[in-house]
Amino acid sequence: MSGDERTGSLSRREFLAGAAAAAVCAGAYWLRDTVGPKGPGQQVSTDLPDFSVPATAGRMSIVTGADRAKTVCRAIEALGGIAAFVKPGDRVLLKVNAAFAIPAALSATTHPQLVAELAGLCRSAGATVLVSDNPINDPASCFALSGIESAARGAGAKVLLPSDDQFRPITVPGARLLRHWPVLLGALAAVNKVIGIAPLKHHQHAGASMTIKNWYGLLGGRRNTLHQDINTTIAELAMMVRPTLVILDGTTTMMRNGPTGGSLDDLAPTHTMIVGTDPVAIDAFGATLLGLRPADLPYLAMAETAGRGTTDYESLKPRRSEAS
Amino acid sequence: MRIVTVRRISQAFFLLMLLWMAMVTTPGDAWWRRRAWPVNWLLDLDPLTAVGTVLTTGKLYAGLAWAVVVIVLTIFLGRFFCGWVCPLGTIQQAVGWLGRRGRVLPRRIAFNQYHRGQSAKYYVLLFLLAAASGGALAWLVRAPQERPLAIPVAALAGLTIIALLTILRVIRRPVVATVGYLVVLAAVAGLGLVAPGDLGSSAMLLTGLADPIPLTYRSVSLALLAVAESAGLSLSPGQRWYELSWLIGGVFLAVVLLNLAVPRFYCRFVCPLGAMLGVLNRWSIWRIGKRQAECVQCKLCEADCEGACSPSGKIRISECVLCMNCLDACKHNLISYQRPKSATGEVTSPDISRRGVLASLATGLLAAPLLRLGAATGANYSANLIRPPGALEEEEFLRRCIKCGQCMRICPSNVLQPAGLDGGLEALWTPVLNNRIGSSGCQLNCNTCGSVCPTAAIRPISLDERLGRGEFAPAGPIRLGTAFLDRNRCLPWAMDRPCIVCQENCPVSPKAIFVREYFSTIRDGKFVVEAVSGATMELINATVQDGAWATGDYYCRAKGNPRLAIVANGADSITVAGPWRTAPPAGSEVEIQVRLQQPYVDPRACVGCGICEHECPVSGLRAIRVTAENESRNAKRILMP
Repeated sequence: MSGDERTGSLSRREFLAGAAAAAVCAGAYWLRDTVGPKGPGQQVSTDLPDFSVPATAGRMSIVTGADRAKTVCRAIEALGGIAAFVKPGDRVLLKVNAAFAIPAALSATTHPQLVAELAGLCRSAGATVLVSDNPINDPASCFALSGIESAARGAGAKVLLPSDDQFRPITVPGARLLRHWPVLLGALAAVNKVIGIAPLKHHQHAGASMTIKNWYGLLGGRRNTLHQDINTTIAELAMMVRPTLVILDGTTTMMRNGPTGGSLDDLAPTHTMIVGTDPVAIDAFGATLLGLRPADLPYLAMAETAGRGTTDYESLKPRRSEAS
Repeated sequence: MRIVTVRRISQAFFLLMLLWMAMVTTPGDAWWRRRAWPVNWLLDLDPLTAVGTVLTTGKLYAGLAWAVVVIVLTIFLGRFFCGWVCPLGTIQQAVGWLGRRGRVLPRRIAFNQYHRGQSAKYYVLLFLLAAASGGALAWLVRAPQERPLAIPVAALAGLTIIALLTILRVIRRPVVATVGYLVVLAAVAGLGLVAPGDLGSSAMLLTGLADPIPLTYRSVSLALLAVAESAGLSLSPGQRWYELSWLIGGVFLAVVLLNLAVPRFYCRFVCPLGAMLGVLNRWSIWRIGKRQAECVQCKLCEADCEGACSPSGKIRISECVLCMNCLDACKHNLISYQRPKSATGEVTSPDISRRGVLASLATGLLAAPLLRLGAATGANYSANLIRPPGALEEEEFLRRCIKCGQCMRICPSNVLQPAGLDGGLEALWTPVLNNRIGSSGCQLNCNTCGSVCPTAAIRPISLDERLGRGEFAPAGPIRLGTAFLDRNRCLPWAMDRPCIVCQENCPVSPKAIFVREYFSTIRDGKFVVEAVSGATMELINATVQDGAWATGDYYCRAKGNPRLAIVANGADSITVAGPWRTAPPAGSEVEIQVRLQQPYVDPRACVGCGICEHECPVSGLRAIRVTAENESRNAKRILMP
């Protein structure tokens, strides 16, 4: 100190101490918080883009036959071929139903043959293909045991397993339940086309699980609370996703004990492949294979009211053929 | 190459091997995953596991034959396993070296002086083996009754051996030996006459709690790798969660950090496996020793002596872990790995007293029945202790489980968790299902845990056996327990809310969860009709949210009419699906009802997989929960005749 008095200027030590004190004050000012933590407040979230191809609206084909590869190819040809839906450079999401960790033969999950076929078709049209779903059982086990993973890889598609960081909230316009709900955007935001591939299954609560219910596998969060209003949920799923194409696999239909099945006794050979761009119409037709009327499934009427398709599938004049 | 360099390479190899094996113990068929690797080999090498399970089960299971190789090699070479193989030894040695770094020579030497407390590990070993030997003793005690010739044969054989050993001058006091032997034989025969019940049921395998190999596997798998995976290391398909990781990791951390104060603390004072190999060391053919008695007593050989076995003086053979640091340190090349005894003499036996041995044996023998008195394996079993498919009956299971954590590491859905003290001390860290953790309950098409278990505590089963298919059809599927509904928490039962997520996800066919339809009049659900026109009805005083009853779940019940589904509603009007049989008159009362499907469990079909519990939307205390009743492995826990 005596040195300072002598020179009358700041010593280095004094300067550093002053600078440190100033930095502490500045830091404290920067970190200040006079109001405390806020409540949740207004949440902002977006809608999903429209994945449909407008020129293909209202197309539907029904092909009978036992060989999935043949029926699905014939059905897509009847709609104008894959090129009508997928352009070179497109990024396509194949939204499969991989819900359960059980073998493909039990028909509770999308058949791997269909995954391979569709991935091949899309790739031949010049697109890249991503396969994903948020299953109910352990995701890795589901994709492995159902055979979907190896089929997808074998056909040159990428598989995306869901993890927490793949989900972001979205709000479906006009929806009551799907507001600020976590959705598998890790897959949906990476693509510009979405093709849903669903097995045709009985479902105790909803009546049937088909192409619209298949979008449930895009949801995250505490989605099992949605079952308290299953019809509204499924109708809002129809509002959420405007797909490029949907495929309903009624080659073997799970007639009872759905949606898990678990026994070959639950299955019936219905040998029908339904493909189209109107999920409501396709599910309305699918209901008939389960011995139901479209009116037995309230969510179909609700989705129709919301403007996402027609339950009067005959009005679309579906192209019917047989492939054997 | 210096011998210590070779040792370090060996240590690094086995440590890296353990880490790699733990890392690849994940489901999947990629080349680097479990299928391609001998993930249990280090566990199989463990003589303590082998001896322990032989005592408790009378069998040497599968890969544990490798332990015989270690035992034989130890008899030839000494405790090479501790100094050259054991991964926990390696970690401790490295941390102990860090603790000694920068210290002056006298301090380093002081770190490695023999301590009387090192005999504690032998008592730990004896305690564990005694606790495991109830079954073997029972067999011994019962032998005279089941085989009448046993006593005379044993007497004859024993006396012959005593005679032979006397001739060979191994036994110096044949009379004492003979009398001693006959007294023991008489005691065994006598015990057989008064032996109460089945002593064998209290044999208890506690080795896994202290055995360094399972300890390291458990710590790496359930604590270290789980932390690394939560920090972004991507090995398993998702984040792994484990109950009690804090305790498993805490014990490991304590074992490791103690080395900063005392090098190889665990090896020297606690390790029962080291103790077992130390006893075998006594007969080792090659051992560390001095070539000549005279030396300058510089004690450099003890600066890094891992075993604290006093190589500069009378070397304690049972403590020597063959680190070979003394060979390297001796500037006069006076120490070698040799066949002759050390020139300054050696202490071959562990420093233990007869009193201590008897006390540990007695404590161990007493501990087993004492720990069972709580009836945790009997009438007082914990219903939350749901064992994985293929797990043996609880007491048999506990006689084999070494708490290595392999099953919990491999479990694809992460539902398999280390148990706490629910099943008593002996069940600590054994595998148990917690359906709230992980990505699913116990998936039906999975038998991975049994395929990886090194001791068959979870026996390897085929999917046919698990699912009750083919030749196993008469036995039916393996049941882990039974799901019980908590009607006070279940939404359709307690709160008039549709749900049945449990029913949908029940994976067996036909489903073990079934529903009964019930129409419940909603709260304040009685209304007075104002007017009816067609399918639409105006209600007096109703103020309902638009569309709230139009979800497909709501019905209108009016006198003289069937129950009709509501397809649309306004604030004070409803539209029903069908035509009225007789239009309700103005002023009459109608009820609005919600259609509920109320779940029930069919115990004949439930396999206890817990998928329903995992999926139940009541996320805290689930409205459907699996407990161990009716599990296949235990006939005493059946629910139905």
